[in-house]
Amino acid sequence: MRHGRAFWLFVGPFAAGLLVFVYVPIGWSLLLSFFDARNTVTPTEFVGLRNYADMLTDGPFLSSLGTFSVFAAFIVPLTFVLALALALLVNQISFMQAFFRSVFFLPTACSYVVASLVWKLSIFNGLRSGVANTVLGWFGADPVAWTVSTSPPWYWLVLVTLRLWLQLGFYMILFIAGLQRIPVVLYEAAALDGARSLQAFRFVTLPQLRTTSVAVLLLLLIGAYQAFDEFYNVLGTDRGYPPFARPPLIYLYYTALGSGGQDFGHGSAGAVILTLLIVGVTLLQGRVVRR
Amino acid sequence: MISRRRLLSLAGAGALLAACGSNTGRGGNGQALEQWYHAYGEPGVQQAVERYAKAYTKTQVDVQWNPGDYDSKLATSLLSDGGPDVFESTPQISSVRAGQLVPLDDVFGDARSDFSASILDTHTVDGKIYGIPQAVDMQMLFYRKSLFVQAGVRPPSTVDELIDAARRLTTGSVKGLFAGNDGGGGVLGGPALWSAGLDYVRDHQVGFDDPLAATAIGKLRELYTSGGLLLGAVKDWAEPDAFAQGLVAMQWTGLWAVPAVQKALGDDFGVLPFPSLREGGSASVPVGAFGAMVNAKSKRIDEAKDFVRWLWIEKTDYQEDFNLSYGFHIPPRRSISEKASKLTTGAAADAVKFVRDNAKASNPPDWTSVMRTAFNDAVSRVVRDGAPADAELRGAADVARGELKRLYG
Repeated sequence: MRHGRAFWLFVGPFAAGLLVFVYVPIGWSLLLSFFDARNTVTPTEFVGLRNYADMLTDGPFLSSLGTFSVFAAFIVPLTFVLALALALLVNQISFMQAFFRSVFFLPTACSYVVASLVWKLSIFNGLRSGVANTVLGWFGADPVAWTVSTSPPWYWLVLVTLRLWLQLGFYMILFIAGLQRIPVVLYEAAALDGARSLQAFRFVTLPQLRTTSVAVLLLLLIGAYQAFDEFYNVLGTDRGYPPFARPPLIYLYYTALGSGGQDFGHGSAGAVILTLLIVGVTLLQGRVVRR
Repeated sequence: MISRRRLLSLAGAGALLAACGSNTGRGGNGQALEQWYHAYGEPGVQQAVERYAKAYTKTQVDVQWNPGDYDSKLATSLLSDGGPDVFESTPQISSVRAGQLVPLDDVFGDARSDFSASILDTHTVDGKIYGIPQAVDMQMLFYRKSLFVQAGVRPPSTVDELIDAARRLTTGSVKGLFAGNDGGGGVLGGPALWSAGLDYVRDHQVGFDDPLAATAIGKLRELYTSGGLLLGAVKDWAEPDAFAQGLVAMQWTGLWAVPAVQKALGDDFGVLPFPSLREGGSASVPVGAFGAMVNAKSKRIDEAKDFVRWLWIEKTDYQEDFNLSYGFHIPPRRSISEKASKLTTGAAADAVKFVRDNAKASNPPDWTSVMRTAFNDAVSRVVRDGAPADAELRGAADVARGELKRLYG
């Protein structure tokens, strides 16, 4: 196909940006993963697969992958079900629908960092005066150190509610869009056949939402493995990040860019492993869902 | 009220300023030296360092003030050719080995003996000095005298007494001690080792590969489970808010907090070093100093060295101003710190004494991020999860040994 000048005028800047800021760094990172690249991005010492071997036997990295596989197994279905439920509810009400849609969508516009600080400093701080502890106080309970205590691990409550609050609205909108594309005639036909609302949901709504569902699951899954912002801002301190609930990306961030030694070789190898894991899980999921 | 025309002219001026201020990471026409600072919290520091730079007549110096994650930004910029010529940091062995820093031994001249040796050590890697210490910072334990008197508790001189004090001073809405929102493992890990006469790294060997380390770190677990710790405060340990607001009877924070605490509590407070593990052991305070360094990739290393010599060796009045007029630091040179009137009374005088007698490097150059992560992870698991201290520390020591072997062979 021949492209005119207008085509390159519009596509060119974007393509150039993509090449320079995305593809070249990815390729470079791949290259670095085969070198001993400490405090340099132009390394000379080729080490083959040693960085990969190191990362695959590195306890903290493996445990972060494990933790986040569990996290994904938990947060993905939860967000999926809640977003779908919210979409069904909002889609059914006949008055102020636009209002409710906006209300639930609004948190999506909030920055992860800002929301993290509100959750950490205001709602879930460990003081008696914190919002959550004040509520507990009404029932005579002692204040809880939400983000500090590891037994029980209350920090998951903080992180999961935060993520749900930020994300639900966005996925709800995706589902609403999907729901509104389902032809009304299908429901009418189902009703004529005597389907109750639950049966209509099971045999009309769900199958019709398949494409939306696959997309939502995919986005949620990638999002779970890419967790960084709220974890870093809620649990990170100036002394580093604690060994629990440590997302792979945070561990790699400290490996590659931590103060006291930048190790781009191991960091890049870890990033490649994480990418392969995401691709693998995504393919697996796609196969399971499509069946 | 602002008229529309005035508003427009303001907007225009703003755009103009923004255009001037756009910093490309290189000094304008290549004539100016570029100097980086992290963003000091105290008001006035930025204006002060800009004033110093302007007063240097031999070369033009542009100061860049860097809010946010300074360490990462600096480390990344040192990889490229666009980094600053002069910057402040603490030297890391990894940067030295990667050839990023210029040795500054010849810059010191006769002044070298005037710098306190323990501070210079933190800027020395493989026998060479890579930074001129600018300002000494240290951490210590602040305690509320009146609450101690009320509860009939003596200021602690052993770790057990500290734990006991934290427990006994906890009453209703006041907790005994605040040592960070991670439960103390982050800031007290080092002091706990020192309390037992151990260290992070000692003579190129792991300094905590010792059964006593498990006892010392185990004490932090005891403290954590004593019920005397404040957990989840709004501001973390580096800010004295919890202590100043009366939420705790003791807080681990830094010398920089003295002015704020004084303002809030008058003289109803005292300071202590971290106590020793046993009677007769030695107390400790973590000490560190940002130093002025020269980028080895700078195209004008000689000019940069001249500038740092002028600013941090010759201009002693600037050092005094920098250390004592804004926040609260100890000048690294004895000739200045000894005659500074601000440091001769009260908590500040105690702090100077602690630094003289009990100083330990909070961040030694060969304590790499890999070792630090392994050690902090171990301490966190011991303190917060109750994991067995000996096994956890042995694991961290193994990691540290591997790193030291890589560094020193």
